[in-house]
Amino acid sequence: MYQYNEFDEAFVRDRVETFRGQVARRIDGSLTEDEFKPLRLMNGLYLQLHAYMLRVAVPYGTLNPVQMRKLADIADTYDKGYGHFTTRQNIQFNWPKLQDVPDILSDLADVEMHAIQTSGNCIRNVTADHFAGAAADEIEDPRPTAELLRQWSTDHPEFAYLPRKFKIAITGAPNDRAVTKAHDIGLRMQRDAQGNPGYEVIIGGGLGRTPMIGKVLRAFLPKADLLPYLEAILHVYNLHGRRDNKYKARIKILVHETGLEAIREQVEAQFLLQRAAFEPVAEQVIANIEAAFAPPAYVSRPIGGDDASDAGFRSWMDTNIADHKRDDYAIVSISLKPIGGTPGDASSEQMRVMADLAERYGHSELRVSHEQNIILPHVHRADLALIYAALKAVGLATANIGLLSDMIACPGMDYCALATARSIPIAQEISTHFDALKIERDVGPLKIKISGCINACGHHHVGHIGILGLNRAGVENYQITLGGDGTETAAVGERAGPGFAADDLIPAIERLIEAYLELREAPEETFLDAYRRLGQAPFKAALYPDQVTRNAA
Amino acid sequence: MAREFTPKVLTANHLLEGDAIYRDGSGGWSRNHQEAKLFTDQREAEAALVAALAEPGTIVGPYLADAKAGPNGPLPVHFREAFRTRGPSNYNHGKQVELNHVSV
Repeated sequence: MYQYNEFDEAFVRDRVETFRGQVARRIDGSLTEDEFKPLRLMNGLYLQLHAYMLRVAVPYGTLNPVQMRKLADIADTYDKGYGHFTTRQNIQFNWPKLQDVPDILSDLADVEMHAIQTSGNCIRNVTADHFAGAAADEIEDPRPTAELLRQWSTDHPEFAYLPRKFKIAITGAPNDRAVTKAHDIGLRMQRDAQGNPGYEVIIGGGLGRTPMIGKVLRAFLPKADLLPYLEAILHVYNLHGRRDNKYKARIKILVHETGLEAIREQVEAQFLLQRAAFEPVAEQVIANIEAAFAPPAYVSRPIGGDDASDAGFRSWMDTNIADHKRDDYAIVSISLKPIGGTPGDASSEQMRVMADLAERYGHSELRVSHEQNIILPHVHRADLALIYAALKAVGLATANIGLLSDMIACPGMDYCALATARSIPIAQEISTHFDALKIERDVGPLKIKISGCINACGHHHVGHIGILGLNRAGVENYQITLGGDGTETAAVGERAGPGFAADDLIPAIERLIEAYLELREAPEETFLDAYRRLGQAPFKAALYPDQVTRNAA
Repeated sequence: MAREFTPKVLTANHLLEGDAIYRDGSGGWSRNHQEAKLFTDQREAEAALVAALAEPGTIVGPYLADAKAGPNGPLPVHFREAFRTRGPSNYNHGKQVELNHVSV
């Protein structure tokens, strides 16, 4: 993976010491909260319901074992022994004390990590396909591009005070695992007629209170033009994006209000200027970045026979293993969704086991997925049984990737100051309830995504079943959306009807699932396929049976 | 017409731990909601808030939250404020263990 050069190292160390001084001045009273708040947010430090929260960037979701162990140490030394992996491939610590945060950031700097640009109206952590560099369906590893974007966007003076936050996602594969169409800019690698790699540039996607699927701004952008083109987009946004209303300040609103054609004209005109003035990134810099993401030294050896006697292992192999670009290797998804657990949480012990496994069997690579799981992208198939056994020993062998209990849930009102209702207990109840029914495998691929407010960190708009927690007359209430999709066939889910009280929500979901099982043409027809074929009506009828009876009467 | 004033507690987060704190009857801060002073007079409540805004050295983000009288002191009205008196529901962390707190 990418190693900091002297400049990166000095920059991050300098920022830590600057923040140390700012924290000291806040504690001794020289800075007021109004003065301090923007400074702490620039360093990823939020104040939540019960404590501070530190959001640490995991650039494009890539971690090495040394970094993962450091996260475990931080969890033990300064927090409560665990961390929460997020839908933006970052990690959050829920209980740091203000006076400890400079030391935490210093510890992170020791392993080339930081919390810069994890908040504020700047370009945030660039997210990427968590199978990057390993996936069988990939055109090119998108991470050299993501790293180039990280270097370009970090502390970029023109883009430090945008109208609003700005999120870029990139995938190198046609199967979109990075939700590129729900980002301010989505980049999908393509090849032109001559076979040269470039990007489809998607603009103006986003979830939140005004969900929108991104639109294609440029069908094919040559690789070399990427930075001046993105600068042109950001320039147009910086100039024309609304600053009068926080809720209309994202680029999706600008694109929506201005129209794609007009935005394209502005961007393309600006692009010509940017490109003319742009000093091309030195070939040596690009070569160095690409070298940092060279494929690992794969080992050819016999795969051996799977231990078919262990039903648990077989079941895990069915769901948690994805095709690697090499036949003798596999991609392992480690589920952070134990039945009844908190989606995305890992204890320090679990982090250390994952680090050890990556080191021993996984060419020292780990990934955080936006679906809040951890990936070992390069594992020889001969080692899968050993990995399964080691994971099982620490409660990490849940065999549910892509299934009902592999839910996304934001922290919700158990932690988040913005939340309007809790998310985590809903996820826990759903997973426990359906585990008892033993129908998860029969139901098949299903994405349930839960957000505790309209800001949609839990991606509920792109869940096949989306759940949005709201405050309705002083009681937690949950709205259901149906038919959302975060992949290359992206769609925003449609609201099914009135919300449910927490106690009524699980039975409602069960009726919905039962209806799907009745309605599907064959077990191969997924929930989303069935929904697309049949439309909302039969699912709505299942959710609101009383209403149907009343209408029929 | 102005809405009728409903009883309030004055709450904030502690500067160092970020923990929820409440203005108590002696003018200090308590981590226990039931030790909070219940303001029934609007002017007094607002004056206390203004005073709290002027003492930024120890607290962050003071505001007035609806509360009601209970047998052992004020109780929260909104569920968000109830969660702040306990901590998260997924782990036994926060006030629910640190305060030996009676759940409200």
